[in-house]
Amino acid sequence: MKSMEEFREEIGDTSFVSVRGGGTRWNLGGPLREGTIIVEAPKGVINYKPEEMIVRVGAGTKLSTLQDDLSELKQEVALAGFSESTVGGSLAVGSSSHRRARIGAACDVLLQADCVGADGKQFVAGGPTVKNVTGYDICRLLVSSLGTLALIGVVTLRTRPKPEIGVWLKGELDFGEIANCCYRPASVLYDGSKTFVFIEGYEADVEKERVFLEKVGMTVMDRALEIPPLQKGETKKDLNGGFLDLQTGDVYSNDANSNIEVSEEVQRLSNRIKQNFDPTGRLNPGRKPH
Amino acid sequence: MRKSQRKVKDPLLISLIKALSEDRVTDGAAARRIYSKDASVIEGGRAGVICFPEDTAEVVKCVSLANEYDREFVTRGAGTGLAGGSVPCNDPIVIVTTRMKKIIDVDIEKKIAWVQPGVVNLDLSNFLKGTGLHFAPDPSSQQACTIGGNVANNSGGPHCLAYGVTNSHIAALEVVLPDSSIVQLGSIEGEARGYDLRGVFVGGEGTLGVATRIAVRLTEDPPEIATLLLDFSKITDAAETVSQIIANGVLPAALELMDRNVVAAVEPFAKAGYPLDAEAVLIAEVDGLPDGVSHEVGIITDIAINNGAREVRIAADEEERERIWKGRKSAFGAIAKIKPDYYLHDTVIPRGRLAEVIEKVYKIAETHDLVVMNVFHAGDGNLHPLLVFDARIPGTLEKVKKAGEEIVRISLEAGGVLSGEHGIGLEKQRFMSQQFSERDLEAQDALRRSFDPENRSNPHKVLPTGSSCGELNSLNEIPEGVWI
Repeated sequence: MKSMEEFREEIGDTSFVSVRGGGTRWNLGGPLREGTIIVEAPKGVINYKPEEMIVRVGAGTKLSTLQDDLSELKQEVALAGFSESTVGGSLAVGSSSHRRARIGAACDVLLQADCVGADGKQFVAGGPTVKNVTGYDICRLLVSSLGTLALIGVVTLRTRPKPEIGVWLKGELDFGEIANCCYRPASVLYDGSKTFVFIEGYEADVEKERVFLEKVGMTVMDRALEIPPLQKGETKKDLNGGFLDLQTGDVYSNDANSNIEVSEEVQRLSNRIKQNFDPTGRLNPGRKPH
Repeated sequence: MRKSQRKVKDPLLISLIKALSEDRVTDGAAARRIYSKDASVIEGGRAGVICFPEDTAEVVKCVSLANEYDREFVTRGAGTGLAGGSVPCNDPIVIVTTRMKKIIDVDIEKKIAWVQPGVVNLDLSNFLKGTGLHFAPDPSSQQACTIGGNVANNSGGPHCLAYGVTNSHIAALEVVLPDSSIVQLGSIEGEARGYDLRGVFVGGEGTLGVATRIAVRLTEDPPEIATLLLDFSKITDAAETVSQIIANGVLPAALELMDRNVVAAVEPFAKAGYPLDAEAVLIAEVDGLPDGVSHEVGIITDIAINNGAREVRIAADEEERERIWKGRKSAFGAIAKIKPDYYLHDTVIPRGRLAEVIEKVYKIAETHDLVVMNVFHAGDGNLHPLLVFDARIPGTLEKVKKAGEEIVRISLEAGGVLSGEHGIGLEKQRFMSQQFSERDLEAQDALRRSFDPENRSNPHKVLPTGSSCGELNSLNEIPEGVWI
């Protein structure tokens, strides 16, 4: 496995540089400037402590590989991705699961990150414990930043118990009716005509909720709903054949709207952050997180 | 607070009175004394003019005047902080948010409530009773602490083990930045795109601006709750039970540990039925749907018995459950009766090392001839060793400080962090460089400078500055509304 020092040396301190993961959302935030050096983050599980519900892993590790490893001990991380997605890539785009309402967002997953800054120096953000309010939460700043503030090499992630079972149902109930039938559904998605519900937990509980939902007109789906990627910042009017999460307001769609406006103050604040972390603009040049 | 009998000369005071009103601005000696402290052991703060704005526009005026007069400002809620985060240094304007206490809007379907920062944590959950929803973060000071304070400190509480700390429950914030501009961070309609400005603001200890409206996510009340009281003849067995519960894939809603000294102090008052001869009492709470709750109660019971639990008691009804929690949440107040002074610590360690570190904490106290009491959030490894002592005895305070430094050191050596919920404030600045390298701290400073280039909002806090305006001291009085 590549060491952090090797990763740091590849990044250097002068050239335009980007880290490529699985490339599943490579064009998010705009095209990369030509001539940018592409490096890869360390790969592999370094240390898994199920009794602490944390795992330390190279950011270049495939997310599906990690989820498979964790699944053996009935745990998971609350990150979503595609078959080739990496842990670092999912963090960089802030890829929350469609089950966010129940299991939390991508920004809650990253506990500690070993990074390389724009100056080519290594630094650590966050801490290795599941609870931590020591100083400013740079980990939250790194998630969804598209690698524009620092490049993540190794991460410590929060794991969680994996539910015994999950079931998709579909029908035409509105959100209020569904909320009356089940406790903390993992997903309640709407495609403009039908509602899709995902319930999960202990088998006996899920079975009872399934029966209840079927009685009020929902039907069990014979396979999992295929969900396009989360498009942050988009609203229900941008649905375009995707899904609206009726619990969180998130939109899942294959159409990425690149013209989402942010307020002048948010833009100003974001520009200052970028300037302070990467004064020469060498990290993922061309990418705009907003 | 009224100052009609006194001639007002200070131009800043005149401007603030003009901006707010005479009865909501003061620089009187009594008020300055009160607002120079919080609930921490930090002494030596100095408040300047104290203001009580009632809405966003008035906060903007306060911050604008701080800029105009080139003064620093410190924002403060109920003052229940335990790390000196709201202790003012260098006569700043103190912006007290306790009059900003409106619950502005509750959207039951979206499970979002917009509140002003001065809303008391428990008042919101009480307001929501009957809706099937509540605000999950429940710091033990919830009867007094404000939601603005929870945001500043990213507060936890016993039930944050499963549900997450404050940051997981904030959807959006309206913030007055240190340059007095207003910005909305985050979104109530799906996750916002771009840098997670909402996420980094929460836990910023008031150094990044003033939250003036807060959109909190509400959590469904669980249909079933089981509260277990487990007692052990060895605290290390209780700690091992905690580790094994987590290792077995059970994440209880709460998992709290009290040692013999705490039980002895609390039981006469709370009458919760805590066994006085136990070395440790563990409160475990699981919630959710009935079958899952029953399954997890079974797992916890088996693990506890295998680790030597003498008794596993499950609260029979809501009254018994409330008694069990009353004891836990009143621990701090009860402890005050043992010795006149206290110093409460807050570190986090890996859960698997609880037993070993607790033993070391007792050893440190013994070496310094001090009494230590342990009541803490065992489920997430958040230790709260409480040193109780009599500061009138010469040399005692020095021993307390030394013991405190050693507790921090062993926590870091065990792979832990400086703070789990109290924050850094003034108290732990001097330890920051033990956990972080200079380059790590530079990254944190880059964030801070982005929000506050002139270092005007609650300066002198969090990051090491080389000098401190406050001194660690003992407190010989438990401030109202403060619990561990």
